[in-house]
Order: sequence, then structure tokens, then C-alpha cells
Amino acid sequence: MSKIWDIHGGIHPAEHKALSLGGPIRTVPLPPTLILPLSQHIGAPAYPVVGVGDKVLKGQLIAAAKGFVSAPVHAPSSGVISAIEEQTVPHVSGMKAPCIVIQTDGNDSWIEHSANPDYRQKTAAELVALIGDAGITGLGGAGFPSAVKLQPRQPINTLIINATECEPYITADDQLIRERAADILIGIDILAHILGRPERILIGIEDNKPEAQQALASALKNSGNTDNAGAIEVVEFPTKYPSGGEKQLIQILTGEELPSGKLPAELGIVCQNIGTTHAIYRAICHGEALISRLTTVTGQACGKPGNFEVLIGTPVAHLLKEAEFDAQRCPKLIMGGPMMGFALPDTSVPIIKSSNCLLATTAEESPPPPPAQACIRCGHCAEVCPASLLPQQLYWHAQSKNYERLEAHHLADCIECGACSYVCPSSIPLVQYYRAAKGEIRLIAEEKRQSDRARARFEHHQARVEQEEKDKAAKREARKLAAEAAKAKREAEAEIAAANPQAALDASPSAGANDSGELDIVQAALARVAAKKASPEDQRKRFERAIETTAARLQKAQQVLAAMASDDSAEQQIKRDQQRASVEQARLRHQEAKNKLAAIETDQAANGPGDIAAKPATTNTASADPGLDRAAAAIARAQKNAAEQASMSPQQKLQKQRDALEKRLGKAQTRLAQAESEGSEQVEAFNHAVATLSEKLKAADLELASGSQDSGPAKVQTHTTEDSN
Amino acid sequence: MALTRNSSPHAHGPRSTQWVMQQVLIATVPGLIVLTSFFGIGTIINILIASITAIGCEAAVLKLRQRPIGFYLRDYSALVTAVLLGLALPPLAPWWLAVTGTAFAIIIAKHLYGGMGFNPFNPAMIGYVVLLISFPLQMSAWLAPSGLVIDGTVAATPGLRDALQIVFAGNAIDGFTAATPLDAFKHNSGLLVENFYQQTPQFNQGRWAGFGWEWVNIAFLLGGCYLLGRKVFTWHAPVGMLGGLTLMALFNYDGGSSASNGSIIFHLLSGATMFGAFFIVTDPVTSATSNRGRLIYGALIGVILFLIRSWGNYPDALAFGVLLMNFAAPFIDYYTPPRTYGHGKSGTIIHRSKED
Ligand code: SF4
Ligand code: SF4
Repeated sequence: MSKIWDIHGGIHPAEHKALSLGGPIRTVPLPPTLILPLSQHIGAPAYPVVGVGDKVLKGQLIAAAKGFVSAPVHAPSSGVISAIEEQTVPHVSGMKAPCIVIQTDGNDSWIEHSANPDYRQKTAAELVALIGDAGITGLGGAGFPSAVKLQPRQPINTLIINATECEPYITADDQLIRERAADILIGIDILAHILGRPERILIGIEDNKPEAQQALASALKNSGNTDNAGAIEVVEFPTKYPSGGEKQLIQILTGEELPSGKLPAELGIVCQNIGTTHAIYRAICHGEALISRLTTVTGQACGKPGNFEVLIGTPVAHLLKEAEFDAQRCPKLIMGGPMMGFALPDTSVPIIKSSNCLLATTAEESPPPPPAQACIRCGHCAEVCPASLLPQQLYWHAQSKNYERLEAHHLADCIECGACSYVCPSSIPLVQYYRAAKGEIRLIAEEKRQSDRARARFEHHQARVEQEEKDKAAKREARKLAAEAAKAKREAEAEIAAANPQAALDASPSAGANDSGELDIVQAALARVAAKKASPEDQRKRFERAIETTAARLQKAQQVLAAMASDDSAEQQIKRDQQRASVEQARLRHQEAKNKLAAIETDQAANGPGDIAAKPATTNTASADPGLDRAAAAIARAQKNAAEQASMSPQQKLQKQRDALEKRLGKAQTRLAQAESEGSEQVEAFNHAVATLSEKLKAADLELASGSQDSGPAKVQTHTTEDSN
Repeated sequence: MALTRNSSPHAHGPRSTQWVMQQVLIATVPGLIVLTSFFGIGTIINILIASITAIGCEAAVLKLRQRPIGFYLRDYSALVTAVLLGLALPPLAPWWLAVTGTAFAIIIAKHLYGGMGFNPFNPAMIGYVVLLISFPLQMSAWLAPSGLVIDGTVAATPGLRDALQIVFAGNAIDGFTAATPLDAFKHNSGLLVENFYQQTPQFNQGRWAGFGWEWVNIAFLLGGCYLLGRKVFTWHAPVGMLGGLTLMALFNYDGGSSASNGSIIFHLLSGATMFGAFFIVTDPVTSATSNRGRLIYGALIGVILFLIRSWGNYPDALAFGVLLMNFAAPFIDYYTPPRTYGHGKSGTIIHRSKED
């Protein structure tokens, strides 16, 4: 028995676990429709790879992972894609998000899939790829893509399997262990194999699950993989909420605290939920993607609570029917546990990969919270806080929106476990305040990041403009000097010629060719243009290089993102968001480089292969280089504009500027809409752009209005209004 | 079917502010019984007058502030203030003393600062100090504990009728008063503690620390232990205060010489020590917030208590000590943040804030 440590604080809410532990795992009849949100995990949403009307088989990929931190989605049963649309998804906010809807055909026929029971012959990378392709995410609640967690950059000496299940009511893991301990052990062995056989494998389990412990112990005894059995240890510890938090579990089992903002891997630790372990076993040894999970359906409003093997995407209403749910008695339906779960808006939402529990409470079970009273600073909240924070101080500062003090009090380290709210005698919804404040802080950070970026861009632009000015001035100077020199030379020659005609004659050939410095300059310019045209080969090389470097950068950024912590603390989320943005940027750069290369290649194709310079000058030079072409067009446009503007009244000018702004705004809006529909990372940036443009437009309108007061056709009218004032 | 949606957690512990306040009220019962058995009905009359005043004032102020009266009255906080003040006042003090003190406590010390949870100073102690400064005579007229023999006469407390006449009609109380042990000890001039004890009835009839008062303190200690057992508060503040007082007494006992400031047991079981340790310094609103902070907060009150008892102008000084430390509580908080999970030494990071 290895040593265990205690965590600070914690509470002992009524467990209510017996309610759902009545019998074996139950199955659910195939629902007529399955709703599969594209984002059931932390990271980028998956993108659909099927279309409406397509027939799909059970286990078929229907949405692929987008980027490194993402997870694919598979069809949980066979049928037809009936829609790809926005639907209400299980989320704290009750928001709508893109989903794929499948009408099942009742055959439940599998796609061809291959098992790998001899996983020990495979490399870690191969197995991780299989796990990633199976769409496996953390089943404990957070939903972080498992494959990402299994590629730590540090050597791992401890694998922790989280079998804590510390939330009241939930028994899915408990039941899973009781019935499938042997499979779980194989899953653990797969993890151990991937992580290079860590020295210690600790299965952390609370002392309120003796049957599950027993099942694990006997499975361990029977298990054949002897080279691993010694390393696996089932560690029991006293039941206390929230022992199952990743940070808390690490502390309980190893005595170490995860430094703020660090990943467990940096301590040589990887944590996996025990349900996830089972899913990994199914994925590797049976080739089955993550299309079902164990969900506890419980609460007093259920006639027959229990644990159900349910297909991902099953509507909640369908599942509740199996548990004889009585809607009349249920004022509040919770997905997840009573401490950290969220209340569902209705029963049409689907079960997703991270839905470990459906809690249908009666009014007596989960009474509406009494009105909050004043904080009496009793300090109970601080006593129970597992992160050793001062919740009442956080509450104080959150109320006064003092974000600086909140950060100084480590709000970011709050794991939102709800222990403080639970004990608060004044019934203050503390966690709600923290969540709001965290969101606010994230927003502020994002805004700051954007303004920083804008400033950097502006400064860069400024510097470039200055440099260009300088260059131009230098060139002008050079030209002037050259012209003077040439003039002097001519004069000298003329003098010489006047003095000595013969010598002038001798010199004439060279003088004729080299008649003036200006000619020199023109030639130089021509040569430059030629060089520009003449080096597509170089250009191509340059872009190819660029593609390579941007690709490398992109990969690096993705890796960093992947390695980031999976927990939901605000700090981490901010960091992840930032990293995601840089990934996106890297991707754009990469794309840009590729596009340029492609453009050059098509150019070359159009102009024929090889050296363009070798081609006779008879080819239309302008069309040979679209860049030049464009430049010419731009110049023409600018000239036209200038001419027009010169002929326009200031009023018209303003009007024109305003129109241009409007056009830009329109464009930005369509882009924003597009970005939003794609769920792109850039939504915020476009949002910002739209905001500034509309500001500008407003300003232009104002100016226009005031302008029209001073002059223009509106003059009379405005004067009358002014007079009447 | 309309499903309600609110933020997690969806479960709540059994505790409420009412429950906490009720526990405090219950815990005062042993102290009240002992006080009554030694000093008669006076304390109960004090508590009744104070309670009625408190509820009246609270309701009036809530109405003025346009707050739901019933909702706030039910948190019992006004009642707790009244009971604590009633316990602290001398029995059979004139009725207006309790009324003035309570009204001041509720209206000025509590509501003017924003009501429950926002008051930086302990309202009961504010009320007490205001009375002590304004009416020193009435505030120091303590009855002789019944059963104490002074100069051959056994002290008795007035009956109900006499008591009511003293409180409401202003009849003289002189015949019943006597110096408290703390008073008596302060006026010891030039005797060894041992000799002084032998000569003074308050001490020679007492067991450890003065007739009557030692039992009052033990009764409040009992009530305090009840609250500790129910986890209404942690041990930090009371232990801090008793510890601070003990250490000061230890260093200044002086072996019982004529200049001695009193033994440890004398200080622990005299005056308002236990009442203060378990019912006043444990007031969460006005104390420091972290456990470490509360330990320091309590200890400093203990030290101040001793200093004023020994060298100040007042025989007892709980209220001054508490109010002074109420003032210092935010500073204590500032320097005693707990160490957050995953962070280095505490007290380092919190200073980063620019506001500092
Ligand atoms: S538990 Fe509630 S009342 Fe007590 S200090 Fe914390 S926030 Fe204030
Ligand atoms: S929700 Fe946050 S502040 Fe409250 S107890 Fe949990 S970690 Fe501490």
C-alpha cells in the first residue's frame, strides 16, 4: 500500500450513489435519430466529411479532426445523414452549435474495422494515431483529446488512472470497473506501452467503492501481462470531494503539487480517466471508434435509475425514457454531477462523449437556491477550498470587478469545484461570480492581445514607410549627383572638343554610347526590371523555402498547443486561445507561401518553362509579369482617382470616402459571418474590424453631415434649422 | 415542461447564516445561567431590553433602507448583537443604558457601515465602549455576587420587584455593589499577591481567580467549546487570544510580588476573558479572514487586553482590544494570505498587484 497524502479542504456532500447502483449495465434501444455535435471536446471543432443524404455505417468517420488538438466524430450507428445544422448542444451556456444528424436505419451495421490485439508489436506513435483516429477524448467530463495527452515531451515515470468519481450520484466508472476490470487493465497496459512503461502505475480510487476495488484486484491477479502487473497499484483513499480533480489526485497519490500553469507531464505524470482507458482498449483491441459510453441516469425523478451503455448522440429524452423519467416531478435536469454539472435547457440535447451523468432531480432533492445573504466572512469557504484560495476575498473583488486583485488572489487557480458555494451559510453563488470574472478577464486579455498586435503592425508599417521615404530620398540624391556629373562631363568634353576637335572625334564612339548619365540610369532601371522578371526560378526557390519554414513553424506551434494543459482553468484557456491563434497565423503564412508558389508556377506554365529572360522581348512584357501588370493598373487607377478628386468638391470627396468605407464594412461583415459559420479562430479579429469600420463610417457620416452644413446643396435647409434654433 | 437553469453547484450544505447565529445564541446559555445565579435577574432584563431595542432599530433601519425586513431579521444577527451586549452590561444597570448602547450598535456601528457583513467594527463592542466612555459610573457598578461574604454580611441580589425598580425607576443600587476581582486587584497596593488574596474576600472565598467570576468564565468557556465542536468557527482566534494573554501574564507574573500583574489563571478566569475569546473575537465579520490571520488577530487582542488591564485606566479592556484589532484586521489579512495550491511561498505573489 503506497502512502497517500491529504488535500486541503474538501467537503462531504451526501453521496446518493446507491440510487443508481441497483443492477448491471443496461442497454438502450436504438434511437431513431442521433445528433452529433462537431465539438464534443476541448480544441478545434471537427469538420464534416459527409453530406446530407449520404448513407453511413456504424463506426464510419463523419467529421474529421481539424488540427492537432481536435477529435474526429464517428457515426454511432448506420443510417442516413439527414441534416448538418445548428442544434442546441449540451453546454453550460445552452448555446446552439453545428451538429450532424443521422436517421438510423435500424440495421446497426458496422463499417469494416480492424482490431489490433497484438498492440505490443506496434510503436507508440502508431498506437497514438489509432487512438486519435478513434476520436477518443477524456470521458471524465473535460473532454480533452486523449491522443494529445499521450505525446508528452517529457519522460513519464508515473501513470495515474483516475477512478475517483468523487461527484455525488455518479456511478458510471464504478459500474464499469465492476463489470469490465479485465478490459480496463488491458487499456492500462496499452497506455503503459505507449508511455514507455512508467515506473509506477497508480489507480486512484475512493474508499466508497469496495466492490470496484475488489474487481480490480482480482483482475490484476488473473491478468497475464506479468511484466506490467508489478507496476500497477490500486490506491485507496478516503472519500472526499473534490479528490477527483486532476491536481488534487496528483497531490493525493504523489504528494506533489502541480505548479500553477504547469502540465502534469512536467512532473513526469500522465493522468487518464478510467473510462477513457476502457475506450482506448475498445479502440485498439477491437478497432471501434468512440461511439458509445457509460452514462449514469439517476435522481429521484427517475423511476428506474441505473447505468446505461448509450450511443453518443442519443437524445437525452430517449435515454431518460429508459430510466422511467417522470417529467412532472423534475424541475431541474442536470448533465454531470450536482457539484460541477450544468442544468440542461431541454431534453432534446444529445448525450456527448463527456456526458457521464444525467441527474433528474425533484424539487426536494435540489431546491432552488435561497436568496443570497450578505457574506459574514465566516471563512468556511476558505476552509473547504481545495486550492487554498480565499473565496470570500475573491467574491469581494469579483463583485467590485477588481480584476487586478482577483489575479493577485489567484482566481485562475480556482478549479470551479463549487465546494465554497456548497458550504456558504449565506448561500452566495460564489462560483457563478468566479466564472463571470474569469470570462471577463479572458476577454480583457484577448482585447489587449489584439491591440498589442495592431500596435506592432502599425509600428512596423510606420517603420517601413519611413524606410521607403529614406530610400527614395537617397535615390533622388543619387540621380541628382549623377545628372550633375554628366553635365560636368559634357561640358568638359565640349570644352575639350572646342579646344581639340581631333581628340573629341577619338573619344566620340565611347562618348556616343555613353552619351549621358541619364541613359545609365534608365538602363539600370531596365536591368532591374529584367532581373525582377528574370528570376522566377529564384523566386520559386524562395517561396519553396518559405513553405518549408512556415510548415516547420506551423508544426511547432501545433505541438506547443497540444502540449498545453487540459484543465479548464482560465489561465490555461487564455494560453490555449493564444496558442491557437498563433497556430492559425502560422497556418495562414504557410498557406500564403503555398499560394504564391502556385501563382508563380501557373505563371511559368503560362509563359512556358524555363528562363523567361531567354524569351524574345517581343512577348508582351506586361503580361509576362502579372505583378507589373497589376502595378500599372494600380497606377492608372490612382491617377484616375487623383484626377477625379481634383475635379470633385470636398463634399463629393467625403461622400466617396464614405461609400468606400461602407463597401469595406460590408465586406468585413460577410467575412465575419463566414468566420462565424466556420467557427474560425478569427471571429474576434473580424468582429474587431467590423466594429472599427462602423465607427469610422459613423465618423464619416458625421463629417459629411457637418460638411453639408457648411457647404453643398444641403446648405439652405440646414440654415433654416439653425435659424430656428 | 419548463426546466430551471442555474449555475453549479446544484447542492448546498446544511448550514445557513440563521443556523450559525442560532448556535451562538444557544452557546450563551451556560454563561447566562451562571451570571444569573450570581448576579440575579439583572442580566436577563438587560438582554430583554437590548433585544427589543435591537429588533426595533433593525426593522426601522431596514425600512428606511428599503430592504425586506422579515428576510434580514430572520438572520438573527441583530439578536446576537443584543444578547452579547446584554451579557456584557452590568446587571441592574438603568434601562436606558441598554437601549442607548444597542441603538448605537445597530444603527451606527452596523447599518451606517452598510449592514451585516460590511461593518468593520464589532457592533456590540462599539455599543459597549460608547457607554463606558459616556457613563463610566453606571458601567462600573457591578453587583456583589450572591453568597460573597464581605465584613460578615452575606451578599444577596435584589428580588424581582427591587430589580425592576432599580432598572426602570432609578432606585439606588449602592447597597448591592462591590468591586469585581479585577477592580480589587488593581487597587492592591504593596501587598504580595499571596497576602492580598488572603485579605480580600473576593479572592479568599474564590477557588482560583475570584469568587463568582471564575465560574462565569468557565461557563462561557463551555459555551465556546460547544461552538468549536459544532465547527461554527475554528480554534484559531480564541486560542490566539488566550495564548496571547497567557504569555503576557507569564512574563509579568513576577513570582507573585507586590508589583505583580496577576497570575495566568487569574487573567484567564477574570472579567470578560472567556466571553471575549469565544463570543467576541470569533465574530467573523470583524476579524481577520485566514486562519493564520485569525491566530495573529486573537493573540494581539490578548496582548492588548493584558496591557490595559495592567497599566490602563480601565479595569477590563476587552472592548478596546477588540476594536483596535478590528481596525488592524485588514492589514493582518493583507500580510497573511494562505499559500495557494501550486504556488510558492505565500505572501509573495499577492504583493504583485499594482494597487499595492
Ligand atoms: S462561506 Fe459565504 S459567508 Fe462565509 S465567508 Fe465564505 S462567502 Fe462569506
Ligand atoms: S470553486 Fe474555486 S474557490 Fe471555490 S472551493 Fe473550488 S477551487 Fe476554491
